[in-house]
Amino acid sequence: MLRISKPLIILFAIVWSLAGSAFAQSADVRSIIAEFATTKSFKQVEAVVEKLGATSDPVAAPALRALSDGKLKYRKSDGSVFITVEGSAGLSLIDPVSGEKVDSSSAASSDFKKVKVKNSLRRKIAAVLSGMTLQSKSATRRLAGAKTIFETSDASALEALDAALTNEENAEVKEVFLDARASAILASDRTERAKLDAVDRLAARGDRAALSLLSKFSASTDGALKEKIDGAMTSVAAGQAVWANAQNIWYGVSLGSVLLLAAIGLAITFGVMGVINMAHGEMVMLGAYTTFVVQQFVAAFAPGLTTYALLFALPLAFLVSGAVGLVMERGLIRHLYGRPLETLLATWGVSLILQQTVRTIFGATNREVSNPSWMSGAFEVGQMSITWNRLWIVLFAMAVFATLYFIINRTSLGLDMRAVTQNRRMAGAMGIRTSWVDALTFGLGSGIAGIAGVALSQIGNVSPNLGQSYIIDSFLVVVFGGVGNLWGTLVGAMSLGILNKFMEPYAGAVLGKVIILVLIILFIQKRPRGLFALKGRAVET
Amino acid sequence: MLRRHFLAGAASCSLLMSGWAHAADTIKVGVLHSLSGTMAISETTLKDAMLMLIDEQNKKGGLLGKQLEAVIVDPASDWPLFAEKARELISAKKVDAVFGCWTSVSRKSVLPVFKELNSVLFYPVQYEGEESERNVFYTGAAPNQQAIPAVDYLLEEESVQRWVLAGTDYVYPRTTNKILEAYLKSKGVAAEDIMINYTPFGHSDWQTIVSDIKKFGSAGKKTAVVSTVNGDANVPFYKELGNQGVKASDIPVVAFSVGEEELAGFDTAPLVGHLAAWNYFQSVEAPENADFIKKWKTFTKDEKRVTNDPMEAHYIGFNMWVKAVEKAGTTDPDKVIDAIVGVEVPNLTGGMSKMLPNHHITKPVLIGEIQADGQFEVVSKTDGLVAGDAWSDFLPESKPLKSDWVDLKCGNYNTDTKVCVGAEG
Repeated sequence: MLRISKPLIILFAIVWSLAGSAFAQSADVRSIIAEFATTKSFKQVEAVVEKLGATSDPVAAPALRALSDGKLKYRKSDGSVFITVEGSAGLSLIDPVSGEKVDSSSAASSDFKKVKVKNSLRRKIAAVLSGMTLQSKSATRRLAGAKTIFETSDASALEALDAALTNEENAEVKEVFLDARASAILASDRTERAKLDAVDRLAARGDRAALSLLSKFSASTDGALKEKIDGAMTSVAAGQAVWANAQNIWYGVSLGSVLLLAAIGLAITFGVMGVINMAHGEMVMLGAYTTFVVQQFVAAFAPGLTTYALLFALPLAFLVSGAVGLVMERGLIRHLYGRPLETLLATWGVSLILQQTVRTIFGATNREVSNPSWMSGAFEVGQMSITWNRLWIVLFAMAVFATLYFIINRTSLGLDMRAVTQNRRMAGAMGIRTSWVDALTFGLGSGIAGIAGVALSQIGNVSPNLGQSYIIDSFLVVVFGGVGNLWGTLVGAMSLGILNKFMEPYAGAVLGKVIILVLIILFIQKRPRGLFALKGRAVET
Repeated sequence: MLRRHFLAGAASCSLLMSGWAHAADTIKVGVLHSLSGTMAISETTLKDAMLMLIDEQNKKGGLLGKQLEAVIVDPASDWPLFAEKARELISAKKVDAVFGCWTSVSRKSVLPVFKELNSVLFYPVQYEGEESERNVFYTGAAPNQQAIPAVDYLLEEESVQRWVLAGTDYVYPRTTNKILEAYLKSKGVAAEDIMINYTPFGHSDWQTIVSDIKKFGSAGKKTAVVSTVNGDANVPFYKELGNQGVKASDIPVVAFSVGEEELAGFDTAPLVGHLAAWNYFQSVEAPENADFIKKWKTFTKDEKRVTNDPMEAHYIGFNMWVKAVEKAGTTDPDKVIDAIVGVEVPNLTGGMSKMLPNHHITKPVLIGEIQADGQFEVVSKTDGLVAGDAWSDFLPESKPLKSDWVDLKCGNYNTDTKVCVGAEG
């Protein structure tokens, strides 16, 4: 390091004196970037980053961003540094300064070595970049720069920020700039007046980030300013507490919709038909594995459609699980009607067979089912953050519920189903093929479970054990809601979800679960038929 | 339940029959890993790794002029069944050593069997310590070889002031967190800056906990999460972290049970920078490692198969056993137990690991950051090898205890009162 730095300092000094000449500056940046190839430790990389920061030349920004993303690599043979993009045929190389593609043909990634980064370096890079990008053309980069200043309360960035503010036209970016400025002022040696205003600005944000900043400064100040900060903190915390309740309800609804999805197929096979189906979880698992296969298939044959793979998986999962359900009913369960104990054991056996089959075909380890881009990330509603995958699952659960409700109450199959379950002999006398209706009903319940598997593959593991983790909850929901009633399943799932989420912060996840189980046992003692009990003669038989 | 045992029994009977045919001319090695049930996800790989190691050894001419033979049983992630299967391996199949177990519960369940029948067990997984038995060799990390160095890294490199200790609710996370809590307090961390949270096995809804972590982290002090969450629950945990935007540069999560195998189940792009502490990473550049990875990929006929830390522990443990048997000239457990202490074999990170008198081994400690390709990049490595400490120095009740199976012949010798508290040979 020492051996090369001396001539560089001289070069640096010369170049500094020529500051203003764009050509000299970019040549300087280029020579500093070239130093990355000789770095041996994180300390040395950090030193180079600092040097790049000292130039405050925006030309260095792409290289720094690439470094932070782990895309800055150097060729082992000659030590030249490139920004690299991973392609199917190898690496394509981009010049770190000009941003132009270097080679038309791509290079083998084994010839290149990555410049190593770690978290503390990434923070450093973000801080260096924030100063450079405040005047960037891209609004997202300006935002990113300002956000870094906001989070780090970088007082040294104040001047650059003030300069950038006068030129800023985008209203949204301007707001973030002002927040960043407030945060930086609190860390600076500006007047108390300015600091008090800054506290007001942060308090008005009212979010967790503001609270975090305020509590950081509360410890290091005193007098009127501390009083003001503490006051602001109390008001922000009060606002947060209100939103926390809303957030809890949302978590509850989202957990409830997962429970609903897991249980709704069972509401048909167990609820409507009365079959204690221990293999229900495995139908869900089959749906999840169908999703995996479809995704692999789409990725291999139609890579452009990967974001929609889930949509293709839905009908296929229904068919796969439905078909397995049909075979199960025809081959096994129909011989066991009216013998719940045998059914329980037989379906338990089927569940073990299905699990081991999947384990043999796909292996015991988790399979990767990727989230499409429209199911990743989160967005803010007020002070609440809602993740996209949860939102889609809530909507999807509602859609499945509505469809099922329609099928049961408005179609001829649904009419047959209800007739058979209410009075089998009378239905048979009316000319309904009861055994056929049994098979279709079981197939429908299993198919719905398969569809649920598609959704659940998005939030959890896709492993042979997937079904087991849902089976208990599913039975809980159906029994609690009231056997044989779809509305009961919906209300049961939602109330269990919300109850669970309000309990969790106080009791913890482990004890929370225990309490819920105890409450349900007590409830079933009082109302053995669940929330919505079916009434009438049919129930008594 | 009954049915399962009956089936397993039937299967083992048929295995037994085939085993008799060539019992005289082979040395038998028992493999006790779950091939079905919840733990199959982790343990199946270790079974494959053992098969590969035994295969390699046979190609080199076997051991003491005999071929090695793997005897595989499936304890099905069922803790009491582990004890039954261990008994079956030792008494019925007459194996000379057993490699197996993953969870601490399963290890505790087989302990009495190994003591009673006097056989040897090699246990390859990082664990909570507070144990040293004459018949067991712990080739995974003790807390001072994983948890404590990881916390030190966060203290020094990231200047973390607030700590979330999140774990699955069973013996390993609870003991580890107890040790870590005592350690952090000894470093001057206040009680209100430590949040401890337990979740059940296979927990899938992490919304509240991740949001609590974010809330805990907004107190104006640098916050980190130390995760002893085990098994299946990790995927939904990391997915929720990614979706709720918990970035590694803000609140880093350092995990003790997440390795290459666990990351193979999902997209790691949103998790770049989160940490794991192990004694081995697949990405480590060492000739032994490159060789091992190549053999593994050929053996499994799968270019995408990854290697992980417990596999390395089996690699070390198996080679140590081979060396000890050669040294003793017999597979007799008593002789092997005496011979193995002091045996040195290469580990996969370029050093030599040594079996210590307390039946733990020396290992390097590595801290790695998750990369977008599901691998780890080493950001910190201890200068030398760290000796495994069976009894933590940070718990008052275990501080005076010492384990030494050579001179003291005791697993928990109290250095204050000068008596052996129970674990005698």
